Amino acid sequence: MSYARRALAVVWKDLAVERRSKETLNALVFFSLLLLFVFQFTLGADRERLAAVLPGVLWLGFVLSALLALGRTFLVEREHDCWEGLLLAPGDKSAIYLGKLLGNLLLMLLVEALVLGLFVVFFDIDLSRALPGLLVVVLLGTLGLAAVGTLFAAMTANVRARELLFPVLLLPVQVPVLLATVKATEALLLGEPLGAVAHWVKLLVAADAVYVVVSLLTFDVVLEG
Amino acid sequence: MVKTLGWLTALALVVGLLMAFVVAPQVTQGNVQRIMYVHVPLILASYVAFVVLAIASILYLVRRDPAADRLAHASGEVGVVFVGLGIATGSIWGKPTWGTWWTWDARLTSVAILFVMYLGYLLLRGTIDDPERAARYCAVLGIVAALDIPLVHFSVYWWRTLHQPPSLMKPGGFTGSASILWPLLVNLLGFVLLYAYFVARRVRLLRAEAEAVP
Repeated sequence: MSYARRALAVVWKDLAVERRSKETLNALVFFSLLLLFVFQFTLGADRERLAAVLPGVLWLGFVLSALLALGRTFLVEREHDCWEGLLLAPGDKSAIYLGKLLGNLLLMLLVEALVLGLFVVFFDIDLSRALPGLLVVVLLGTLGLAAVGTLFAAMTANVRARELLFPVLLLPVQVPVLLATVKATEALLLGEPLGAVAHWVKLLVAADAVYVVVSLLTFDVVLEG
Repeated sequence: MVKTLGWLTALALVVGLLMAFVVAPQVTQGNVQRIMYVHVPLILASYVAFVVLAIASILYLVRRDPAADRLAHASGEVGVVFVGLGIATGSIWGKPTWGTWWTWDARLTSVAILFVMYLGYLLLRGTIDDPERAARYCAVLGIVAALDIPLVHFSVYWWRTLHQPPSLMKPGGFTGSASILWPLLVNLLGFVLLYAYFVARRVRLLRAEAEAVP
């Protein structure tokens, strides 16, 4: 099998498992709905204050659901003793990483689209002008989160206290992505064009490139056992 | 060898301390400014530690030599202690001059992120029992963290800054007087030597531990 086909095989396997068990997606959708309640209760109903913190709160929602979703990346393999199956897969192991990354990206974008929709409805924000720029920022930010998240999920899968260790490792590394996405989202929601936040977009592209390349190169080492 | 390094370190630190009080000029901030001669070398020495950690990590992945892993391990521990002390001394300096222990200024933030990032590195080490796996995972994390440092720097830099601009490493070189530069350089040498001494001791201990537990 070619490299791309092996990566797609992993995506396909995970999608099939998810379609039949609906373990992750259902709970994640419910979780993001609950987040909305939490934000509303903790921030109060004051619309102006809400508008000021909206970009941060939006990304807080994305990050919290990402921590839950990405941390589970290799749980299927671990719980059902299929880790050896991954190890025995022929060829370059980084194809497995690529497949897992694609699956995570798909899952997170789905959840994020839902969260964004809920925000539009419940917090009454107007996205019509900001949407194209926002799509770019969300896509790049999510790729950064998922790239490191997938690698670290493989690392913490076989470690004690992994639920705790995963966010503790991921969050500090993701600071550049968080800063860039929140600042860019803030500007875009204020009606500025994408060109005004070009430096943040460039930083995101650089970060994504670094994360993906390093993960592809080192995934082999992580998967060894 | 290690003992000589220890004595050299002690000498450089004592001379550095004396120079910070005798050679360095009294400035408008008063004596509290002399904290700089400890604060700046601590932070710079910790950067040395993290660079060594990254190089040792790459070396480990290429050669699978446990010695490289022990060097990374020891550098991580000493680096975290140095950054922690650097943040603490910075706080003590900041309170009388800026009027606050802490502010979310660009460089304070990026150093704080560095601190938590490598604290996570030590945490990961602590949770893995198998030394070979700990070495592999930590090497990967060490490389990711090192590559993240410039990204953290840039992202945080695009906030505004309250910190006085860098004094040693900045475009155009150092512009202060020699009476500031020399005490700073001697202290920098002292703290880098101290880092090397701690690492040498720690590596020796780690090797003894590895040999003791078959």
